[in-house]
Amino acid sequence: MRVFTPLSEQTIGSLKCGSNVLLNGIIYTARDAAHKRMVEALAAGEDLPFKPEGQVIYFVGPTPAPPGRIIGSAGPTTSGRMDAYSPILLEKGLRGLIGKGPLSAEVLQVIKETGSVYFGAIGGAGALLSSCIKKVEVLAYPELGPEAIHKLEVEDLPAIVLVDCYGNNLYELGRAKYQLT
Amino acid sequence: MKELDVMEIEAAVAELCLPTNCVLNEDIRKALKQAKASEESAQGLEVLDSLLKNAEIAAEQSIPICQDTGMAVLFVEIGQDLHIVGGSLTEALNAGIRQGYTKGYLRKSVVADPFLRVNTGDNTPAVIHYDMVPGDKLKLTLAPKGFGSENMGALKMLKPADGVEGVLDFVVATVDKAGANPCPPVIVGVGIGGTMEKAALLAKKALLREVGSGHPEQFYAELEHKLLQRINNLGIGPQGYGGRTTALAVHIEVFPTHIAGLPVAVNLNCHAARHRTIVLEGKEALG
Repeated sequence: MRVFTPLSEQTIGSLKCGSNVLLNGIIYTARDAAHKRMVEALAAGEDLPFKPEGQVIYFVGPTPAPPGRIIGSAGPTTSGRMDAYSPILLEKGLRGLIGKGPLSAEVLQVIKETGSVYFGAIGGAGALLSSCIKKVEVLAYPELGPEAIHKLEVEDLPAIVLVDCYGNNLYELGRAKYQLT
Repeated sequence: MKELDVMEIEAAVAELCLPTNCVLNEDIRKALKQAKASEESAQGLEVLDSLLKNAEIAAEQSIPICQDTGMAVLFVEIGQDLHIVGGSLTEALNAGIRQGYTKGYLRKSVVADPFLRVNTGDNTPAVIHYDMVPGDKLKLTLAPKGFGSENMGALKMLKPADGVEGVLDFVVATVDKAGANPCPPVIVGVGIGGTMEKAALLAKKALLREVGSGHPEQFYAELEHKLLQRINNLGIGPQGYGGRTTALAVHIEVFPTHIAGLPVAVNLNCHAARHRTIVLEGKEALG
């Protein structure tokens, strides 16, 4: 199923835990350092580098673009490191996260309360995911290098719904199905 | 006595960086294909297929398998009859990493201080392990280590009375706790014995062994098999989405230890499991 950003309430409502999706449109990259900067900006009463309503953040720090490419390898990093920051951004209107690995109970709660969604991209498939990125623009914090906020235009970026807006979590449900005791 | 110039070593290390990061080793490719046969989960199969496709794209286009091109770990075996000339070996190894990571457009992921956290900008320093061995050659293994998996490692000083079961339980618990974070399917490196740091080093070295090759001693080969089964029964599956394939292999390395101890270390690696080895030979020194 193709999913377009920014995410509407209707789109989010139709996304079910465990479904494969192809993401299309604009997404924003941010990892540890950029998150810290965004949350500090909000605390100082400043605006975020992009309007967060309905938008999606991809937790990634790509390799530098070699000549002839717009971006290098670009797979997801561990989402849990952004747990301290994600609730604040979700409460400001952000509606989607793309990453890998479990989220804290607090973030899961905020995802449910705000009607948001957590997508999983395959960790270690940075070359494959890179081929779905069609445009790249450094939007903010260029001094952070690979950790700068990049505005990406993606076409059919493969992802899976890890946590839907109803609170279903693939990391729990998937494992329970295959665990042998 | 043979002589080897540090310039040659630097160039060799620099040349290793790109292929090590862009080409998935054949043993892993084979293991991923084999895992597809026993994987029952549709999402798990999709992940295994995507990782194989990713490997193809990475090799064809010379871009890294994963954006975390790691902290560079180097294992260096120096033949005791080889004379290294022209400067510092450690500096030459780091210069090779600097050049390889910069010219190869690989990610620079090293910060100069654990608290101040300013990026060194060239992925140095490498973590270097030296070993003196008989002979007159220099064997270099580059094993860049990503921290999604490295962060999930663990070490415990068990009591001798904890025995085999204590070790097995600790290894399984470590993989269980890691869950989706180390990007399963993983390779599990286990170091048993020695001292605290020796066990950790053995666990790291265990990751260099060819996937699919059992331990040469039957006792440990059987333990590896048993561990692999227990780990794959956890149900974590590829990427933690649920499934049969949580680990592709478990490798155990052992060393004699103290009468009072049973150290065990677990080092996890993601499927990329990057490592590449070259052997350099010196030239006969002019009398």
